[in-house]
Amino acid sequence: MYAQSLNQQVEGTTGPEDAEAAARFQARIDAEERIEPNDWMPAAYRRTLVRQISQHAHSEIVGMLPEGNWITRAPSLRRKAALIAKVQDECGHGMYLYAAAETLGVTREQLVDELLAGKAKYSSIFNYPTLTWADIGAIGWLVDGAAIMNQIPLCRCSYGPYSRAMIRVCKEESFHQRQGYEIMLTLARGTAAQKAMAQDALNRWWWPCLMMFGPPDAQSQHSDTSTRWKIKRFSNDALRQKFVDATVPQAHFLGLTLPDPALRFNEATSHWEFGEIDWSEFKQVLAGNGPCNRDRMAARRAAHANGEWVRDAALAYAAKERARAAAAAGAA
Amino acid sequence: MYTGSITVADTPLLRYVLGRADDALVLGHRLSEWCGHGPLLEEDMALSNMALDLIGQARALYTYAGEVEAAGRDEDAYAYLRDVTSYANLLLVEQPNGDFARTIVRQLLFSAFIDPYWRALMASTDPTLAAIAAKAEKESAYHLRHASEWTVRLGDGTAESHARAQRALDELWPFTGELFTMPAGERALIDAGIAIDPETLRAPWRATVTRVVERATLTLPADGWMQRGGREGRHSEHLGHLLSDLQYLQRAFPGATW
Ligand SMILES: [Fe+2]
Ligand SMILES: [Fe+2]
Ligand SMILES: [Fe+2]
Repeated sequence: MYAQSLNQQVEGTTGPEDAEAAARFQARIDAEERIEPNDWMPAAYRRTLVRQISQHAHSEIVGMLPEGNWITRAPSLRRKAALIAKVQDECGHGMYLYAAAETLGVTREQLVDELLAGKAKYSSIFNYPTLTWADIGAIGWLVDGAAIMNQIPLCRCSYGPYSRAMIRVCKEESFHQRQGYEIMLTLARGTAAQKAMAQDALNRWWWPCLMMFGPPDAQSQHSDTSTRWKIKRFSNDALRQKFVDATVPQAHFLGLTLPDPALRFNEATSHWEFGEIDWSEFKQVLAGNGPCNRDRMAARRAAHANGEWVRDAALAYAAKERARAAAAAGAA
Repeated sequence: MYTGSITVADTPLLRYVLGRADDALVLGHRLSEWCGHGPLLEEDMALSNMALDLIGQARALYTYAGEVEAAGRDEDAYAYLRDVTSYANLLLVEQPNGDFARTIVRQLLFSAFIDPYWRALMASTDPTLAAIAAKAEKESAYHLRHASEWTVRLGDGTAESHARAQRALDELWPFTGELFTMPAGERALIDAGIAIDPETLRAPWRATVTRVVERATLTLPADGWMQRGGREGRHSEHLGHLLSDLQYLQRAFPGATW
């Protein structure tokens, strides 16, 4: 619906981009101006944003599943209500992000179809299972925590609709993180069994969370142009280090041990140094071989397929209502 | 330390408050099962919203039950440590979600009753119940509107949605008689102006449901045999499974704080 008003550049149908327009565009970016939907933008900028925003939207929606897994088993009514509200927030994030992507001339339906066809990615962290209640704490603390590290810089992203969506999303993510940490704290100060549950969750989630920042800078594909366009402001490794530095003291405060024997504080750099990340695991999960990839996609496909008759009914009813209104107007 | 199921005092007011709380919790729990699996994202949000409202109502009522019983029990003791035969919710609300039509029609049949119920209860001589009712009424009015709109869309949508909505209505109808039953002991509460006589809501309930069903081009089922027993703890097999999920952690780790 937005497509007509945009300077769509369908590949193969237009020649090389106007060099002058490209220079003006880059000058606006360099001046920290926000690019808005109707502004001229390079086709590759648009493509990069559609890919990044839609992946982010898909991650929010698929991310509802691992936590949703504990809604019916939450251990108190207060926790149950908080968890429903949190998972509902993630759904809301997905919706704002799809709406932000739509300003670039794609539709939510198209993007969802790509996800369900297995052509679009989502954050691989959601391909790990939630086995115990402590996983709900660990996800809030670590996964939402890592998401915040990635997303705070996106609040200043050059594309206006994305940066505004991120400002709203980040507020809620930091609330999720505090809530997750508070679950961990309650477990860590609880019975021996609860503390063991918290430690086990940390053991399982720590390394996958470090992988959330993406491959090491030396191997990253998209960073250069994304940095020039101010879509990305910090490198993967820089954000990962920031996360580790923030999180290690939090784990110590909980009285839990990080599952990394190489972890040590470097007095000279004031950073926590950590061990080698198993990138072969990351690649396997990305390739579809994580513990839950198939289950997550099956759940999203089932929701979509089971909802089809409902969406059709809503459309059919709306069409009938329009026809009835038109008939009434004609009769009057 | 071992903490098994609790046995609560059997007084009319406590029984009454717990019954209303159980209705809200069990239906809220059912709606929360949709979270992440809704037919469209907007509806995922709406079902979760209704679940949150209902769980909020349950919490307020269980907390009040704790005051009434004065045995030092909090909201979670009632929700997590009572067995299936102690739960006093209506059979209607424990029925499985089924397809979206069944969830919506279940919501319509319940909300069309509970919304005027809360409205009447706002005049209760019990100030706590009156306050809980005032908040719950606003929420249930929205639930009724939402369920009505969807019932109409499904009934007057496609041939498939019409058939699914009609089947849901037919299958859930035998659970509507129980809305108007009055458990032993409730008469005294009604006479004292604390509770509402559900029989007074039968005509308005029927009028609301009939209006929606007609707009939806559906057919109101005939009043045949009506199932009952939920208020007395005689439930369908479904409730035990629901409670197995709901109560799992509290039962597996007795006495722990979460
Ligand atoms: Fe989110
Ligand atoms: Fe996020
Ligand atoms: Fe979050």
